[in-house]
Amino acid sequence: MSEISNPSPNGTIAENPEDEGKRDFLLISTTTLSLAGIGLAAWPFIHSINPAKDVLALASTEVDLSAIEEGQAVTTMWRGKPVFIRHRSAEEIEGAASVNLAELPDPQTDAERVQRPQWLITVGVCTHLGCIPSGQKLGDKKGDFGGWFCPCHGSHYDTSGRIRKGPAPFNLRIPEYNFIDDTTILIG
Amino acid sequence: MKRMQTDNRILMWIDTRLPIFSYSSENLVSYPTPKNLSYWWNYGSIAGIVLVIMIVTGIFLAMNYQPHADVAFQSVERIVRDVNYGWLLRNLHMNGASMFFIVVYIHMFRGIYFGSYKAPRELLWMIGVTIYVCMMATAFMGYVLPWGQMSFWGATVITNLFSAIPLIGDYIVVWIWGGFSVDAPTINRFFVWHYLLPMILFMLVVVHMWALHIHKSNNPLGIEIKSPADMMPFHPFYTIKDLYGLGLFMIVFMFFVFFAPDFFGEPDNYIPADPMVTPPHIVPEWYFLPFYAILRAIPDKLGGVIVMFAGVLILYVLPWLDTSKVRAATYRPIFKQLFWIFVANALFLGWLGQKPSEGAYLIMAQLSTGYYFLFFLILPVLGKYEKTKPLPVSIFEEVRKKRRAKEA
Repeated sequence: MSEISNPSPNGTIAENPEDEGKRDFLLISTTTLSLAGIGLAAWPFIHSINPAKDVLALASTEVDLSAIEEGQAVTTMWRGKPVFIRHRSAEEIEGAASVNLAELPDPQTDAERVQRPQWLITVGVCTHLGCIPSGQKLGDKKGDFGGWFCPCHGSHYDTSGRIRKGPAPFNLRIPEYNFIDDTTILIG
Repeated sequence: MKRMQTDNRILMWIDTRLPIFSYSSENLVSYPTPKNLSYWWNYGSIAGIVLVIMIVTGIFLAMNYQPHADVAFQSVERIVRDVNYGWLLRNLHMNGASMFFIVVYIHMFRGIYFGSYKAPRELLWMIGVTIYVCMMATAFMGYVLPWGQMSFWGATVITNLFSAIPLIGDYIVVWIWGGFSVDAPTINRFFVWHYLLPMILFMLVVVHMWALHIHKSNNPLGIEIKSPADMMPFHPFYTIKDLYGLGLFMIVFMFFVFFAPDFFGEPDNYIPADPMVTPPHIVPEWYFLPFYAILRAIPDKLGGVIVMFAGVLILYVLPWLDTSKVRAATYRPIFKQLFWIFVANALFLGWLGQKPSEGAYLIMAQLSTGYYFLFFLILPVLGKYEKTKPLPVSIFEEVRKKRRAKEA
């Protein structure tokens, strides 16, 4: 800047020490307002790549349970992921309820995981690294505890979808759902 | 380059290896600028900021846009209706294009009025013209992407211009389309170009700035910087002046974005593209209208295309057509009048561009086209015979004189 000898037309830049405070005030208030403005302007851009309205509109799924016999399981799609719905038999319910919680890596009672004991509804995604466990079909491997078995890294889930053995840290997630009537649920 | 002085050892460490701080300081802070720049010198920085706004909104629009003939129209409607703030992004991008052209046209007219293209700034000007050509191509292809009726038929008409080329014209058009008409391959490749060209545009702007910073800005007096007393550091004087101008510009821009987003658009573009029906009245976007008028003024297909392209390309040789040593129109009485007639004529051509090409309109368009080229072709002669007014001694003297007159 030194080669420009006379920066303002009348050469009065910061000659008056009283002006220093005013300059600081102007500089700080301008900067603050500009940053706030940029922050506000950034929000629409950031928010634009969140799920759009048409995506959110498809975020819940209705499932008719009336055709699922006892012992049968169906898989339905919800938010791009499989949801396991299992119509449990009396033995399966009994087995799930009688486990000693101290043995579980992620302790939870069966009652905490179901709304109606015969219907177990879980997100069919292994809590280890996101594979889909087998155990929905008749011939599938169900693991050592009669629930599900993840083929990727060998996690065993029981008839309540709880992790019993293997690397997965948590039980199969329970989605938000409601019984609209006795044979219909709304997931999400 | 002068090294930045600082006690911060981290900054010094970086600056010694890659002098980004010294470089920014030299080009944005202490950068010497003529002290008499008027508000006509705001438009360059505004154009740069509009380019950034266009690129950022464009990137976020592209995250939801689908360049396929079957779904492009719906995907744009989805952006406007379903995507969070999608309406805002689209309105910014759509109106940003018009704003970009308004700002760049003012910037170009400023350059012509004050002779900014003259030695030693010829390349600076030519890079600017390249930016303008690149902008036109980008804007045209962007307008095709919503795949409405105007998109489709605009694309058809403009690409058909190339069919005027003798012998190979038809092959070129098929090559541009990637088919036998404007169709799915066309919109796909136009999307790619529309995304790529702004990156090239951005690099051209960097080169434009580079050339600018060699000989610095021209100024309203059109005389060279002679001593340090003629200059001011860019910061804070011109950063704040540019910001103030930007604020005023943004008010106008946001008015259109929020209150009249379709002001510059054509209602027909909200009808999905239909290859079987041409809209009864087809016009290009407003920023192409003067050239559209020139195209239609020539009754011959190939002739019209050549003259229209010549209308743009003649800008490249403007630095050599204008032989006058005096830059600013302020000191060139005849050039000044011809210039203002040229501006009025350009606006008139734009108005004619949206009128039907027949009867009196056609004759007016032909006369108007004639003046457009006459302005350029008269310059070599004018420079030799025009009696110019005496130039001021220096910027500093002139600024001081004005100040004294104000104080008296």
